[in-house]
Amino acid sequence: MKKTSTASAAAVQSSAPLPLKKKSFAKRFYQGRYLFILLVPTIVCLLLFYYLPMYGIIVAFKNYKPFVGIIESDWVGLTHFKTFFSNPLATRTIWNTILLSVYSILWGFPAPIIFALILNEVQNLKFKKFVQTVSYMPHFYSTVIVVSLFTLFLSPATEGPLYKIMLLFGMREGKDLVGDPAAFRTIYIVSEIWQGLGWGAIVYLAALTNIDPQLYEAATIDGASKFQRLLYITLPSLSTTIMTMLLLRLGNLMSVGFDRAYLFQTTTNTATSEIISTYVYKIGLQGSSVAGLSYGTAIGLFNSVINVLFLILANTISKKLTETSLW
Amino acid sequence: MVSDNKINIWVVLRTILLCFIVFVTLYPFIHMVAVSFSGKMAVMSGEVTFYPKDFTLDVMEHVFGDKRIWVAYKNTIIYVVVGTAIALVFTTCGAYALSKRERCPFYKVVNILLIITMFFSGGMIPAYLAMTWLHLDNTIWAIVLPPAVSAWNVILMRSFFLNFPVEIEESGKIDGLNDIGILWYLVLPTSSAILATIGLFVAVSHWNSFFNPMIYLKDADKQPLQIILRQIILQASSTDQDVVLGTAAENISENGIKYATIIVSILPIILVYPFLQKYFVKGVMIGSVKG
Repeated sequence: MKKTSTASAAAVQSSAPLPLKKKSFAKRFYQGRYLFILLVPTIVCLLLFYYLPMYGIIVAFKNYKPFVGIIESDWVGLTHFKTFFSNPLATRTIWNTILLSVYSILWGFPAPIIFALILNEVQNLKFKKFVQTVSYMPHFYSTVIVVSLFTLFLSPATEGPLYKIMLLFGMREGKDLVGDPAAFRTIYIVSEIWQGLGWGAIVYLAALTNIDPQLYEAATIDGASKFQRLLYITLPSLSTTIMTMLLLRLGNLMSVGFDRAYLFQTTTNTATSEIISTYVYKIGLQGSSVAGLSYGTAIGLFNSVINVLFLILANTISKKLTETSLW
Repeated sequence: MVSDNKINIWVVLRTILLCFIVFVTLYPFIHMVAVSFSGKMAVMSGEVTFYPKDFTLDVMEHVFGDKRIWVAYKNTIIYVVVGTAIALVFTTCGAYALSKRERCPFYKVVNILLIITMFFSGGMIPAYLAMTWLHLDNTIWAIVLPPAVSAWNVILMRSFFLNFPVEIEESGKIDGLNDIGILWYLVLPTSSAILATIGLFVAVSHWNSFFNPMIYLKDADKQPLQIILRQIILQASSTDQDVVLGTAAENISENGIKYATIIVSILPIILVYPFLQKYFVKGVMIGSVKG
C-alpha cells in the first residue's frame, strides 16, 4: 500500500521515465527552484550567524587587531594556547568547569527521572495535573530572575527567607552564602534543579505513558513486588530515553550555562565560580582592550573541541553498551 | 492493580513530597508579591512571609514611575515581536524545503550544515566579531536575527511537515500551485499547533534573553528588560541611593523595589502561561519522540 503510493508520487514528480539520479543538476534545480527560494533565508542565516563565526576561529591563531582586519593580522600559531596552559588560572578554570558540570549531571540528571517516576504513581489525575502544571512554571523564568531570587532569598542583609531557615538550624550566622566559594556549586545546582525539575520530567512522563499496562498486570500476577516492577519493567522501558538525554547532556559537558555562572559570580567566589566561559568573556569582551580577543577565542576553541570529543566518546560508549546513538 | 499492604505509607510519603515541591515552587512568587505590597518597616523587620503587612502601593508606584523600566519594557516587546515573527517565517520556509528530501536543491549540504551547528559553534568571541564585521552590533538585528534559524526548531518543524499527507500536496500541484503556494494555501492552515509551539518557545527565549543583549548592545536606551532588571537588583544598598531615588522619605523598602521589578518582568509570562502551557508541553513531546 505504502509502496504503491510512493511509486505513484515519483511518477507524478518526474515526467521523464529516467530515474531521478540521472537528471542533470540544472534540471533538478529548476524543478526545485521554489523550494530553493524557501531555503534561502535558512542558508543566509546559517552562513552569517554560524559559519562566519566558525571562520572567525582562525583569530585564535593570529594576533587579531580589529583595525588591521583578520586577513592582515599576524599569524602566531599556538602561542595563545601555550599562554593559556602555562597560566595557573587555566587549570583552575578548566577544573571548575568540569567539576560544576559533573556535579550538575550527578545531581541534576536523576532528579527529573525520580520526579517523573513518583508523579507517574499518582492515581488522582487532578492532583497529578496540578503538580505538573506548577512544576513547569520556573522553566519560563529567566536566569536573571532565578539567580536574583536565590541571591535575595539567601542574603543576610535583606533577611531572606532561606537565610532565616538556615539561622533556625544554627548555620551561617551573618554570612552571605552566595559570595562563599564553598557554596557556589551547591547554589548553582540547587537553582538549576529548582528551575528545571518539572520541565525535565516531561520527556520521561511521556515515555512512561507508552509502557504497556499489560506488562505490569502480568508481572503482578506473577508475584512481582512494586520494586521489582520498577526494576524490570519501568527502568528498561525508559532506558532509551534516559540514554539519549544523558548523551545530549554529556555532549555539553564543557558548556555549562554561562548565564547562571556569570550571574551568580561575585568578586569573592571566583575561586570556584570562574569557569571557562566566564573567563573568556572577561578576557575578550568585558574590557575595552582588543588584546584579549585572540587569546579568548583560543580558550573558547579549546572548550568547543573538548566538548565535541566528549560527545563522540559518550556516543561510542553508548552505542556499544545500549545500542542508543545520536547518529 | 493489586494493592500492597505497604502502599499507604508510600502514598502518604509521596504526597508529602509532591506537596513540598509545589510549595517550594510557588512560595518565592507568593513571597515576592507579599513584599512588593508591604510597608518599609514590616519588610525591614522581616515580618512579611505569605501576605502583605501594612499594605501599600508605594513600591509599585515607584517601580512604574521608573523610566528605565518603561523603556526596557518597550525594547523587550519589540525584540520579542520582531524576533518571533522573523524566526517563524524563516523556520517555516526552511523546514518545509528540507521536508522535501528528494526535490530540494542542496538538501544534503544544508542538512549537514544545520546538524553541525547543534554540536559545534564558533564560540563567544568569534560570534561577537562576526557581528561587528557585519556592522550589526548595537542594533536590533544582532538580537533578532541570530536565533531566527535554530537547528532544533527547524528539525522539530520538519518532522511535523513530513507527516503532511502527500495526496493533498499532489492535488495542489494538479491545481497549478507551486511549492510556495502549496505551503501557503494547503500546509500552513493545518499547522497552527506547531507554529504556536515554536512561536511560544522563541518568544519566551527572547523575553528572557540576557547574554546576547549584554554582549551585542551598548546603548542604554536599547537595553531589554533582563539587563535593566539585573542592574536594579545589583544596585547597592546605600542611603545615598535612597536620596537619589527619592525613596528615603517614602514607605518603600529596597527589597520591595527589587521584588516588584521581578514581578513586573515575569507578569506577562505568568499571565499567558496557564493558557499556553499545553502547547509548550506538546512541543517537548514532538521533539523527544522525533528528534
